[in-house]
Amino acid sequence: MKIAYSWLQEYLDIQVSPKDLGEKIERSSVEVDSVTQPSDGLKKIVVGKIMSMEPHPDSDHLQVCQVDVGDDDLSQIVCGAPNVAAGRKVIVALPGSRIGGNVKIKRSKMRGVVSNGMICALDEIGFSKDVVPKEWADGIYFLPEDAKIGEPVFPYLGMDDYLIDVDVTPNRGDMLSVYGVARDLGAIYAQTPKLNHPKVEEVATAAADKVTIEADEKLAPIYKMRIVENVKIQPSPLWLQIKLWNAGVRPINNVVDVTNYILLKYGQPLHAFDYDKVSGSTIKARYAQKGEKLTTLDEAEHDLDEKDIVIADDQKPIALAGVMGGLNSEIDDQTTTVAIESAVFTPTLIRKTAQRQNLHTDASQRFERGVNRGGVEEAADAAAQMMHELAGGDVLKGIVTGSSYDVKPVVVNITLSRINHILGTDLSLDQVKAIFKQLGFGVTLDGEKYTVTVPSTRWDIHIPADLVEEVARIYGYDKIPSTLPSGPTTVGALTEKQKLMRDSRHVLESLGLNQAISYALTTDTKAKQFMMRESAETHLSWPMTADHTTLRMNMISGLLDDVAYNNARRVKDVALYEQGRVFYKDSEDEVRPSEHEHIAGAVSGQLVVDPLKNAKHNAIDFYQLKGIVEKYLNNLAIKGDIEFVATDQYPEMHPGRTADIFIHGHYVGFIGQVHPSVAEAYKINQTYVFELDLDALIEMPKDMNQFEPISKYPSITRDVALLVDKSVTNAQVLAQIHKRGGAYLKSVHLFDIFDGKNLPGGKQSLAYTLTYQNPNATLTDDEVNQAFEKVQKTLVSELGAEIR
Amino acid sequence: MTLRDDLEKIRQEREKNIKDVGDLKKLDALRVELLGKKGPITQALRGMRNLSADERPKFGQFANSVRDELQSAIETRRDELKKALLNKQLQNETIDVTLPGKPVAQGQPHVIQQIIDQIEDLFIGMGYQVLSGPEVEEDKYNFEMMNLPKDHPARDMQDTFYITKEILMRTQTSPMQARTLEKHDFSKGPLKMISPGVVYRRDTDDPTHSHQFHQVEGIVIDKHITMADLKGTLELIAHELFGDRFDIRLRPSYFPFTEPSVEADITCFNCGGKGCAVCKYTGWIEVLGAGMVHPNVLEMAGVDSEVYGGFAFGVGPDRFAMLKYGVDDIRNFYLNDVRFLTQFSKKG
Repeated sequence: MKIAYSWLQEYLDIQVSPKDLGEKIERSSVEVDSVTQPSDGLKKIVVGKIMSMEPHPDSDHLQVCQVDVGDDDLSQIVCGAPNVAAGRKVIVALPGSRIGGNVKIKRSKMRGVVSNGMICALDEIGFSKDVVPKEWADGIYFLPEDAKIGEPVFPYLGMDDYLIDVDVTPNRGDMLSVYGVARDLGAIYAQTPKLNHPKVEEVATAAADKVTIEADEKLAPIYKMRIVENVKIQPSPLWLQIKLWNAGVRPINNVVDVTNYILLKYGQPLHAFDYDKVSGSTIKARYAQKGEKLTTLDEAEHDLDEKDIVIADDQKPIALAGVMGGLNSEIDDQTTTVAIESAVFTPTLIRKTAQRQNLHTDASQRFERGVNRGGVEEAADAAAQMMHELAGGDVLKGIVTGSSYDVKPVVVNITLSRINHILGTDLSLDQVKAIFKQLGFGVTLDGEKYTVTVPSTRWDIHIPADLVEEVARIYGYDKIPSTLPSGPTTVGALTEKQKLMRDSRHVLESLGLNQAISYALTTDTKAKQFMMRESAETHLSWPMTADHTTLRMNMISGLLDDVAYNNARRVKDVALYEQGRVFYKDSEDEVRPSEHEHIAGAVSGQLVVDPLKNAKHNAIDFYQLKGIVEKYLNNLAIKGDIEFVATDQYPEMHPGRTADIFIHGHYVGFIGQVHPSVAEAYKINQTYVFELDLDALIEMPKDMNQFEPISKYPSITRDVALLVDKSVTNAQVLAQIHKRGGAYLKSVHLFDIFDGKNLPGGKQSLAYTLTYQNPNATLTDDEVNQAFEKVQKTLVSELGAEIR
Repeated sequence: MTLRDDLEKIRQEREKNIKDVGDLKKLDALRVELLGKKGPITQALRGMRNLSADERPKFGQFANSVRDELQSAIETRRDELKKALLNKQLQNETIDVTLPGKPVAQGQPHVIQQIIDQIEDLFIGMGYQVLSGPEVEEDKYNFEMMNLPKDHPARDMQDTFYITKEILMRTQTSPMQARTLEKHDFSKGPLKMISPGVVYRRDTDDPTHSHQFHQVEGIVIDKHITMADLKGTLELIAHELFGDRFDIRLRPSYFPFTEPSVEADITCFNCGGKGCAVCKYTGWIEVLGAGMVHPNVLEMAGVDSEVYGGFAFGVGPDRFAMLKYGVDDIRNFYLNDVRFLTQFSKKG
């Protein structure tokens, strides 16, 4: 809400600049989005008087005007506005001026005729089209007759005022009015704001004779009405129009403007009905009925819901209660009798209606946050009196009440020690008492206990904690000391799981992968690719975009999106890992998925980018990524053997280049190349990926680091080269070697693979180095030879190997 | 010519010869020639037996000194030659040290992870536990137990991805307040914890909004925790993450689960508080929300709000990273452009 500085000055003696006032409000009550002047960025825009005009010789709509702008000579300005008229005072943008939208005005020629500037409409000097009064929407604006020629126009239009735009939190609905802000500033500056209260001049006729009201208290706890007869509809005086447009409200006419003015001033939304358009004399606040429709003042037709509250006459809805009036009872130029509604509607119902009908108005915004229940009648009185003064109306006697609510002040007790205990301050009894008084609260003291009576203007305060906040903000957060929690010592440490998660990240980073964080919400298709187990999908009930509808059940698809993003930007070398959650459901009936930590990687292009090496030959392959995964798993030191078992079971993976990973016989994940057709669908280059169930890895038993003495005795090596069928795997060979290796076989390394031309078809040559060592003695050649002999025999007999 | 004269001559001539030898092989040959068994010194020493007993020791002494002199001249020359040889070799081995170093693989933690780790380490040092909670949360914990009943207007502040009416993607890490409060055994000491994690909002992704981002929740509950403690703790976060020269200011705000509620601003990192476009000419930038835990939140979790109380805060690592490093588009964090990810590799 935009609050005008000058309006606040009517009630308070403000000694600080508008900017400082904004800062004070921000530090003490609510956020301030900006402090601006409507004239910001405008210059050389002055009052001019059109002395004479004649049609442009080459145009059927332009007029050539001679304008007095306060100089010795008249200025010739060409103007195309339909309402341009001699004798009027107008807004003139002089040559060299700057108007709305940061447009510069220069001396120019229009169809051959010199024009020394521009005669402006309101929207051309920065007014939003939404606030320009309808009568000025399609032409230039006429300034008041007493405007001084040659002077800047800003003061005449309220554009020299400062507007403080407050962003009100949901609890501070009271700050959505000038009175509310004035009261809060009064508390901050220890002043009593000079708020005026209306006296209504009534005629003898009773309002109750004109109207009766039936209001359901559950919908409208307070519903009151005043009747004003014999109004004469006309534009409001300029001071009122300025107040409205500076607050972002379009001036309409003197009756509607009064209701909007009261809303801004008191925060109480009002509505004015044309009494003569109401059928019958009973007005009801009720739920809408099935099939009812209402066209609101914005000319939009609404199909009403049975949970919408409407104001209705004896035939039809005439307003969407608390949101917007109906077009069928609108105030127009012919209106003579006005029914002013001042009411309180149930916040949640208004909120839902506003959402359902997608109609958020100044009124609904206030009813949703609550309004001052003690101020309903005052607002009606103030409005009626203003209609008397501005529209010549006769205010009928009395207020007609449909429902009312006995507003009781809220009483809250709190002790000084409690306040100091929560704030960490050392405030005195008098200091706190003064703050409560500044806030306009009633306060009595019994020992150190305050009994605080909160007026209806602060309906957000109910409990002691609310009072603590009031004390804190009025005292000033800046003055609160700065300490750290004291008390018993507590131990802070990462859990085993957290440590392993951190370690996992560090290991993969040390191996060359960059941590990625991708979106957990993805498409249906991607969510269920690369699945490590069966799972039902988890869908959002109301997604925002088609790209993010379903919770991922794998990490790889997100990483492939990342690879695609990079590849599309010509970044070919991508090495990523991600640690995050996947979401599984055992069945469709399960509502809430279980969450599992996974860790996955994707590498495309070169892992180590060496410009001196051939990029193609240096590109990632299965074994390089396998090396990374092995290193990572070795670092985790899970007890048991790690096995890679070929699989063609993943539809998204290359059937010949994928392995399931088992540790001690337990499935923990997989590794391999992304299937070329999947890669094509993602628009990515050849990519290798892995995904591991991190939860499982964390829970498996681990080996501890343990020193092993380094043998003093030399080791002996033997090499063996085998010719075997291509179907024989490295794992099979190793298994046989280890099986018959003997007590001193320390390690086995594959050092050569060859399947070239010189070999018989279907055969490959594998060469291994076997290392023998006795930790307690020097091995003899004989011992080694015997052991090596056994191994060779086994390879021949079990694998049909030919020893070369 | 006496033997002595012969030796003297040899000494003078040969010393000069030695200095002229150009390579190690020749030097070695010369050494054999002079000092070998057939060399003049050996010969001269052999001829000593013809000398009188008086002369013998004097001559012996002299011959030895000639031998030593020649020996040391040869060694000096050898060192010189060796050195020259080595210098030549070193010269041949000279490389272009400006050629690039061989690349090695090194990955980086994500910049948001770096911020989270930094916050975790800070709070672990102060005795906080680190806890993580579910990303798919119950309405009960995400809203109701955080003092946001079903029709609460503040629910509009955070548009929610619902899965069913009761199950949703958590919009904040605050449900971890309720979850830990419910479980914590206060007879075993105060509750001090932080909870980092991913949260989700029903937002359209743009430079300043992301439907997925991070939060770190913090809560301290004990018998004597004050707003001053909150202020000190928030200052510490600001100093740790941004540096000591950054000040913090608290402003009133509103969160349903804290009362009083504050928003914390930090000195604008761009202008140092003078006012600039980044801080909208205020000198301050909003970085986090906090407050004293609302009595309703404590009571709903079964904690006696008359006895226990404390503070809670929520910080946004995404926002921190944007401010700290001047990242102008939040989507960068989730698109994982390698050229972005690898930028934040400076340590310390």
